[in-house]
Amino acid sequence: MTESLLDYTLHLADNSLIMGHRLSEWTGHGPMLEQDIAISNIALDLIGQSRNFYQYAAKIINSDTDRKDSKVLSPGEDLGEATEDTLAYLRDANEFKNLLIAELPNGDWAKTILKLFFFSTYQFYFYQKLIYSSDKQLSAIAEKSLKEVTYHVRWSSEWVIRLGDGTEESNGRIKLALEELWPYTGEMFEPAAYEVIAVKEQVGVDVSKLKNDWQRKVSEVFQHATLVYPGKESTWMQTGGKKGIHTEHLGFILAEMQFLQRAYPGCKW
Amino acid sequence: MNSAEPLWEVFIRSKQGLDHKHVGSLHAADAQMAIENARDVYTRRMEGVSIWVAESKDIHASNPDDAASLYDPANDKVYRHPTFYDLPDELKHM
Repeated sequence: MTESLLDYTLHLADNSLIMGHRLSEWTGHGPMLEQDIAISNIALDLIGQSRNFYQYAAKIINSDTDRKDSKVLSPGEDLGEATEDTLAYLRDANEFKNLLIAELPNGDWAKTILKLFFFSTYQFYFYQKLIYSSDKQLSAIAEKSLKEVTYHVRWSSEWVIRLGDGTEESNGRIKLALEELWPYTGEMFEPAAYEVIAVKEQVGVDVSKLKNDWQRKVSEVFQHATLVYPGKESTWMQTGGKKGIHTEHLGFILAEMQFLQRAYPGCKW
Repeated sequence: MNSAEPLWEVFIRSKQGLDHKHVGSLHAADAQMAIENARDVYTRRMEGVSIWVAESKDIHASNPDDAASLYDPANDKVYRHPTFYDLPDELKHM
Protein backbone atom coordinates (compact mmCIF):
# COMPACT_ATOMS: atom_id res chain seq x y z
CA MET A 1 0.00 0.00 0.00
CA THR A 2 2.77 2.46 0.87
CA GLU A 3 3.91 2.93 -2.68
CA SER A 4 0.47 3.56 -4.10
CA LEU A 5 -0.38 5.85 -1.18
CA LEU A 6 2.77 7.78 -1.97
CA ASP A 7 1.91 8.02 -5.67
CA TYR A 8 -1.60 9.03 -4.77
CA THR A 9 -0.41 11.78 -2.42
CA LEU A 10 2.13 13.02 -4.94
CA HIS A 11 -0.54 13.13 -7.63
CA LEU A 12 -2.63 15.43 -5.44
CA ALA A 13 0.38 17.53 -4.49
CA ASP A 14 1.50 17.90 -8.10
CA ASN A 15 -1.99 18.90 -9.25
CA SER A 16 -2.09 21.78 -6.80
CA LEU A 17 1.52 22.85 -7.23
CA ILE A 18 1.51 22.98 -11.02
CA MET A 19 -1.88 24.68 -11.23
CA GLY A 20 -0.83 27.11 -8.51
CA HIS A 21 2.47 27.85 -10.21
CA ARG A 22 0.69 28.53 -13.49
CA LEU A 23 -1.75 30.92 -11.85
CA SER A 24 1.10 32.70 -10.08
CA GLU A 25 2.40 33.70 -13.49
CA TRP A 26 -0.44 36.24 -13.54
CA THR A 27 0.91 38.03 -10.48
CA GLY A 28 1.73 41.55 -11.59
CA HIS A 29 0.07 40.97 -14.96
CA GLY A 30 -3.63 40.71 -14.05
CA PRO A 31 -6.10 42.68 -16.17
CA MET A 32 -6.77 44.94 -13.21
CA LEU A 33 -5.38 45.28 -9.71
CA GLU A 34 -8.35 43.61 -8.02
CA GLN A 35 -8.19 40.53 -10.25
CA ASP A 36 -4.44 40.38 -9.97
CA ILE A 37 -4.81 40.03 -6.21
CA ALA A 38 -7.68 37.56 -6.56
CA ILE A 39 -5.82 35.18 -8.82
CA SER A 40 -2.63 35.46 -6.76
CA ASN A 41 -4.67 34.54 -3.67
CA ILE A 42 -5.94 31.45 -5.45
CA ALA A 43 -2.42 30.55 -6.57
CA LEU A 44 -1.28 30.79 -2.96
CA ASP A 45 -4.17 28.62 -1.77
CA LEU A 46 -3.15 25.92 -4.24
CA ILE A 47 0.54 26.07 -3.38
CA GLY A 48 -0.45 25.82 0.28
CA GLN A 49 -2.46 22.68 -0.50
CA SER A 50 0.50 21.19 -2.33
CA ARG A 51 2.75 21.85 0.66
CA ASN A 52 0.43 19.88 2.90
CA PHE A 53 0.43 16.96 0.49
CA TYR A 54 4.21 17.09 -0.09
CA GLN A 55 4.91 17.17 3.63
CA TYR A 56 2.78 14.08 4.02
CA ALA A 57 4.47 12.39 1.05
CA ALA A 58 7.88 13.15 2.56
CA LYS A 59 6.77 11.55 5.80
CA ILE A 60 5.68 8.43 3.93
CA ILE A 61 9.04 8.23 2.15
CA ASN A 62 11.10 8.79 5.27
CA SER A 63 9.22 6.15 7.22
CA ASP A 64 9.85 3.59 4.48
CA THR A 65 12.90 1.59 5.48
CA ASP A 66 13.61 0.38 1.94
CA ARG A 67 13.65 3.82 0.53
CA LYS A 68 17.10 3.46 -1.00
CA ASP A 69 15.36 1.52 -3.74
CA SER A 70 12.61 4.07 -4.04
CA LYS A 71 12.14 5.36 -7.54
CA VAL A 72 10.56 8.53 -6.31
CA LEU A 73 13.77 10.48 -6.01
CA SER A 74 16.22 10.76 -8.85
CA PRO A 75 18.54 7.76 -8.86
CA GLY A 76 22.18 8.28 -8.05
CA GLU A 77 21.57 11.40 -6.00
CA ASP A 78 22.16 11.34 -2.29
CA LEU A 79 19.45 13.60 -1.06
CA GLY A 80 19.20 12.63 2.54
CA GLU A 81 15.77 12.99 4.03
CA ALA A 82 12.90 13.68 1.69
CA THR A 83 11.22 17.02 2.34
CA GLU A 84 8.46 19.01 0.70
CA ASP A 85 11.21 20.92 -1.11
CA THR A 86 13.07 17.90 -2.51
CA LEU A 87 9.77 16.59 -3.84
CA ALA A 88 8.85 19.86 -5.51
CA TYR A 89 12.28 20.91 -6.74
CA LEU A 90 14.22 17.74 -7.43
CA ARG A 91 11.91 15.48 -9.36
CA ASP A 92 11.88 15.37 -13.15
CA ALA A 93 8.90 15.85 -15.43
CA ASN A 94 8.23 12.12 -15.86
CA GLU A 95 7.94 11.76 -12.08
CA PHE A 96 5.23 14.42 -11.85
CA LYS A 97 1.72 13.03 -11.77
CA ASN A 98 -0.40 16.12 -12.24
CA LEU A 99 -3.33 16.32 -14.61
CA LEU A 100 -2.37 17.70 -18.00
CA ILE A 101 -4.90 20.51 -17.69
CA ALA A 102 -2.87 21.97 -14.81
CA GLU A 103 0.27 22.42 -16.89
CA LEU A 104 -1.29 23.97 -20.00
CA PRO A 105 -0.16 27.54 -20.71
CA ASN A 106 -2.39 30.29 -19.38
CA GLY A 107 -3.14 31.86 -22.74
CA ASP A 108 -5.45 34.85 -22.33
CA TRP A 109 -7.66 35.64 -19.35
CA ALA A 110 -10.53 33.57 -20.77
CA LYS A 111 -8.40 30.46 -21.11
CA THR A 112 -6.96 30.83 -17.62
CA ILE A 113 -10.43 31.31 -16.15
CA LEU A 114 -11.96 28.34 -17.95
CA LYS A 115 -9.00 26.14 -17.03
CA LEU A 116 -9.37 27.13 -13.40
CA PHE A 117 -13.13 26.62 -13.52
CA PHE A 118 -12.81 23.06 -14.88
CA PHE A 119 -10.06 22.25 -12.43
CA SER A 120 -11.67 23.82 -9.35
CA THR A 121 -15.02 22.19 -10.04
CA TYR A 122 -13.22 18.86 -10.20
CA GLN A 123 -11.30 19.59 -6.99
CA PHE A 124 -14.51 20.66 -5.27
CA TYR A 125 -16.28 17.33 -5.80
CA PHE A 126 -13.04 15.46 -5.22
CA TYR A 127 -12.29 16.99 -1.82
CA GLN A 128 -15.92 16.56 -0.77
CA LYS A 129 -15.32 12.83 -1.07
CA LEU A 130 -11.71 12.77 0.15
CA ILE A 131 -12.93 14.05 3.50
CA TYR A 132 -14.23 10.51 4.09
CA SER A 133 -10.85 8.93 3.38
CA SER A 134 -9.75 6.35 5.95
CA ASP A 135 -6.39 8.12 5.87
CA LYS A 136 -6.69 10.80 8.53
CA GLN A 137 -4.04 13.05 7.05
CA LEU A 138 -5.60 13.13 3.58
CA SER A 139 -8.99 13.67 5.14
CA ALA A 140 -7.75 16.64 7.14
CA ILE A 141 -6.07 18.25 4.13
CA ALA A 142 -9.26 17.75 2.13
CA GLU A 143 -11.36 19.43 4.77
CA LYS A 144 -9.11 22.47 4.89
CA SER A 145 -8.76 22.69 1.13
CA LEU A 146 -12.47 22.36 0.43
CA LYS A 147 -13.17 25.76 1.96
CA GLU A 148 -10.66 27.36 -0.35
CA VAL A 149 -11.83 25.51 -3.42
CA THR A 150 -15.46 26.42 -2.76
CA TYR A 151 -14.43 30.02 -3.29
CA HIS A 152 -12.33 29.18 -6.36
CA VAL A 153 -15.39 27.60 -7.96
CA ARG A 154 -17.55 30.58 -7.10
CA TRP A 155 -15.01 33.08 -8.40
CA SER A 156 -14.21 31.25 -11.63
CA SER A 157 -17.88 30.46 -12.40
CA GLU A 158 -18.70 34.13 -12.09
CA TRP A 159 -16.01 34.92 -14.62
CA VAL A 160 -17.05 32.19 -17.03
CA ILE A 161 -20.55 33.68 -17.01
CA ARG A 162 -19.24 37.22 -17.43
CA LEU A 163 -17.03 36.31 -20.34
CA GLY A 164 -19.51 33.99 -22.05
CA ASP A 165 -22.42 36.36 -21.65
CA GLY A 166 -20.31 39.47 -22.10
CA THR A 167 -19.20 41.14 -25.28
CA GLU A 168 -18.69 39.60 -28.69
CA GLU A 169 -14.97 39.72 -28.00
CA SER A 170 -15.13 37.98 -24.62
CA ASN A 171 -17.58 35.39 -25.92
CA GLY A 172 -15.31 34.61 -28.86
CA ARG A 173 -12.31 34.23 -26.58
CA ILE A 174 -13.92 31.87 -24.13
CA LYS A 175 -15.36 29.77 -26.96
CA LEU A 176 -11.86 29.41 -28.35
CA ALA A 177 -10.59 28.50 -24.90
CA LEU A 178 -13.32 25.87 -24.60
CA GLU A 179 -12.29 24.30 -27.87
CA GLU A 180 -8.67 24.12 -26.72
CA LEU A 181 -9.31 22.89 -23.20
CA TRP A 182 -12.14 20.43 -23.60
CA PRO A 183 -9.96 17.45 -24.66
CA TYR A 184 -8.10 17.82 -21.35
CA THR A 185 -11.16 17.37 -19.15
CA GLY A 186 -11.56 13.61 -19.64
CA GLU A 187 -8.38 12.69 -17.78
CA MET A 188 -9.83 13.88 -14.47
CA PHE A 189 -12.31 10.99 -14.40
CA GLU A 190 -10.03 8.20 -15.61
CA PRO A 191 -8.42 6.55 -12.60
CA ALA A 192 -4.72 5.69 -12.72
CA ALA A 193 -3.50 2.41 -11.25
CA TYR A 194 -2.62 3.97 -7.89
CA GLU A 195 -6.07 5.55 -7.71
CA VAL A 196 -7.74 2.19 -8.22
CA ILE A 197 -5.74 0.75 -5.34
CA ALA A 198 -6.43 3.79 -3.18
CA VAL A 199 -10.16 3.36 -3.76
CA LYS A 200 -9.96 -0.32 -2.87
CA GLU A 201 -8.20 0.59 0.37
CA GLN A 202 -10.86 3.23 1.09
CA VAL A 203 -8.15 5.85 1.10
CA GLY A 204 -8.89 7.47 -2.23
CA VAL A 205 -11.81 8.80 -4.23
CA ASP A 206 -13.37 6.98 -7.17
CA VAL A 207 -12.93 9.76 -9.71
CA SER A 208 -15.07 8.08 -12.34
CA LYS A 209 -18.02 8.71 -10.06
CA LEU A 210 -17.40 12.45 -9.92
CA LYS A 211 -18.18 12.89 -13.57
CA ASN A 212 -21.95 13.37 -13.23
CA ASP A 213 -21.66 16.08 -10.62
CA TRP A 214 -18.97 17.82 -12.61
CA GLN A 215 -21.01 17.70 -15.81
CA ARG A 216 -24.09 19.03 -14.06
CA LYS A 217 -22.21 21.96 -12.54
CA VAL A 218 -20.39 22.84 -15.75
CA SER A 219 -23.60 22.60 -17.81
CA GLU A 220 -25.40 24.83 -15.36
CA VAL A 221 -22.73 27.53 -15.48
CA PHE A 222 -22.46 27.23 -19.26
CA GLN A 223 -26.17 27.81 -19.55
CA HIS A 224 -25.85 31.11 -17.71
CA ALA A 225 -22.80 31.91 -19.80
CA THR A 226 -24.69 31.20 -23.05
CA LEU A 227 -22.06 28.59 -23.93
CA VAL A 228 -22.89 25.26 -25.49
CA TYR A 229 -21.84 22.31 -23.35
CA PRO A 230 -19.67 20.18 -25.65
CA GLY A 231 -21.69 17.15 -24.71
CA LYS A 232 -21.03 13.55 -24.11
CA GLU A 233 -18.15 11.30 -25.10
CA SER A 234 -17.89 12.57 -28.65
CA THR A 235 -14.39 14.03 -28.28
CA TRP A 236 -11.16 12.13 -28.06
CA MET A 237 -9.58 12.92 -24.71
CA GLN A 238 -5.95 13.60 -23.86
CA THR A 239 -4.48 11.51 -21.10
CA GLY A 240 -1.13 10.59 -19.54
CA GLY A 241 -0.32 13.24 -16.94
CA LYS A 242 -1.25 11.06 -14.00
CA LYS A 243 1.20 8.45 -15.23
CA GLY A 244 4.02 10.90 -15.83
CA ILE A 245 3.52 11.35 -19.57
CA HIS A 246 3.26 15.07 -20.03
CA THR A 247 2.92 17.78 -22.63
CA GLU A 248 6.06 19.69 -23.50
CA HIS A 249 4.83 22.53 -21.31
CA LEU A 250 5.66 20.85 -17.99
CA GLY A 251 9.38 20.78 -18.77
CA PHE A 252 9.40 24.55 -19.17
CA ILE A 253 7.54 25.07 -15.91
CA LEU A 254 10.02 22.88 -14.04
CA ALA A 255 13.00 24.52 -15.74
CA GLU A 256 11.91 27.83 -14.31
CA MET A 257 10.64 26.57 -10.97
CA GLN A 258 13.55 24.26 -10.22
CA PHE A 259 16.38 26.31 -11.71
CA LEU A 260 17.81 27.62 -8.47
CA GLN A 261 17.89 24.27 -6.68
CA ARG A 262 19.34 22.56 -9.73
CA ALA A 263 22.04 25.18 -10.31
CA TYR A 264 22.89 25.67 -6.63
CA PRO A 265 21.97 22.43 -4.85
CA GLY A 266 20.98 22.93 -1.25
CA CYS A 267 20.88 26.68 -1.70
CA LYS A 268 18.73 28.48 0.88
CA TRP A 269 17.13 31.88 0.51
CA MET B 1 -10.72 48.39 -18.25
CA ASN B 2 -10.51 50.24 -14.96
CA SER B 3 -12.16 53.35 -16.29
CA ALA B 4 -15.08 51.29 -17.65
CA GLU B 5 -15.86 49.80 -14.28
CA PRO B 6 -17.40 51.92 -11.55
CA LEU B 7 -15.77 52.60 -8.24
CA TRP B 8 -17.13 51.00 -5.06
CA GLU B 9 -16.63 51.89 -1.41
CA VAL B 10 -15.95 48.95 0.85
CA PHE B 11 -17.04 48.56 4.47
CA ILE B 12 -15.85 45.69 6.62
CA ARG B 13 -17.12 44.49 9.96
CA SER B 14 -14.44 42.88 12.06
CA LYS B 15 -15.10 39.90 14.29
CA GLN B 16 -15.13 42.07 17.41
CA GLY B 17 -16.89 45.04 15.89
CA LEU B 18 -20.60 45.73 15.67
CA ASP B 19 -20.30 48.30 12.93
CA HIS B 20 -19.01 48.19 9.37
CA LYS B 21 -16.03 50.48 8.93
CA HIS B 22 -14.92 52.08 5.73
CA VAL B 23 -11.69 50.44 4.56
CA GLY B 24 -11.18 51.70 1.02
CA SER B 25 -12.45 51.46 -2.50
CA LEU B 26 -12.06 49.31 -5.59
CA HIS B 27 -13.27 48.84 -9.14
CA ALA B 28 -15.86 46.22 -10.12
CA ALA B 29 -18.48 45.69 -12.80
CA ASP B 30 -21.33 45.05 -10.37
CA ALA B 31 -22.14 44.50 -6.71
CA GLN B 32 -21.36 40.81 -6.69
CA MET B 33 -17.95 41.31 -8.24
CA ALA B 34 -17.36 44.18 -5.84
CA ILE B 35 -17.98 41.88 -2.87
CA GLU B 36 -15.68 39.23 -4.29
CA ASN B 37 -12.98 41.78 -5.02
CA ALA B 38 -13.38 43.19 -1.53
CA ARG B 39 -12.97 39.70 -0.10
CA ASP B 40 -9.73 39.30 -2.02
CA VAL B 41 -8.34 42.77 -1.48
CA TYR B 42 -9.49 43.66 2.04
CA THR B 43 -10.02 40.43 4.01
CA ARG B 44 -6.86 38.46 3.21
CA ARG B 45 -5.51 38.93 6.71
CA MET B 46 -8.62 38.01 8.68
CA GLU B 47 -9.80 41.61 8.81
CA GLY B 48 -13.46 40.85 8.81
CA VAL B 49 -16.53 38.66 8.81
CA SER B 50 -18.94 40.82 6.85
CA ILE B 51 -18.66 43.05 3.80
CA TRP B 52 -20.77 45.94 2.58
CA VAL B 53 -20.17 47.64 -0.72
CA ALA B 54 -21.79 50.77 -2.10
CA GLU B 55 -21.18 52.42 -5.39
CA SER B 56 -19.10 55.52 -4.75
CA LYS B 57 -21.46 57.68 -6.80
CA ASP B 58 -24.26 56.88 -4.35
CA ILE B 59 -22.36 58.33 -1.45
CA HIS B 60 -23.11 61.98 -0.78
CA ALA B 61 -20.67 63.86 1.33
CA SER B 62 -20.64 67.16 3.11
CA ASN B 63 -18.46 69.84 1.63
CA PRO B 64 -15.24 70.50 3.58
CA ASP B 65 -15.60 74.19 2.75
CA ASP B 66 -18.76 74.27 4.83
CA ALA B 67 -16.97 72.98 7.88
CA ALA B 68 -16.97 76.34 9.63
CA SER B 69 -20.72 76.83 9.42
CA LEU B 70 -21.58 73.17 9.99
CA TYR B 71 -19.40 72.22 12.94
CA ASP B 72 -17.97 75.30 14.63
CA PRO B 73 -21.29 76.45 16.11
CA ALA B 74 -21.30 73.32 18.30
CA ASN B 75 -18.06 74.45 19.85
CA ASP B 76 -19.46 76.60 22.68
CA LYS B 77 -22.61 74.61 23.43
CA VAL B 78 -21.28 72.62 26.34
CA TYR B 79 -24.77 72.42 27.81
CA ARG B 80 -25.59 69.89 25.10
CA HIS B 81 -23.55 67.36 27.00
CA PRO B 82 -25.57 65.70 29.76
CA THR B 83 -23.00 66.60 32.39
CA PHE B 84 -25.01 69.22 34.28
CA TYR B 85 -27.46 66.89 35.94
CA ASP B 86 -27.10 65.97 39.61
CA LEU B 87 -27.33 62.22 39.71
CA PRO B 88 -28.89 60.50 42.70
CA ASP B 89 -26.40 58.30 44.59
CA GLU B 90 -28.49 55.19 43.98
CA LEU B 91 -27.84 55.43 40.28
CA LYS B 92 -24.87 53.31 39.35
CA HIS B 93 -22.90 52.80 36.19
CA MET B 94 -23.36 56.25 34.67
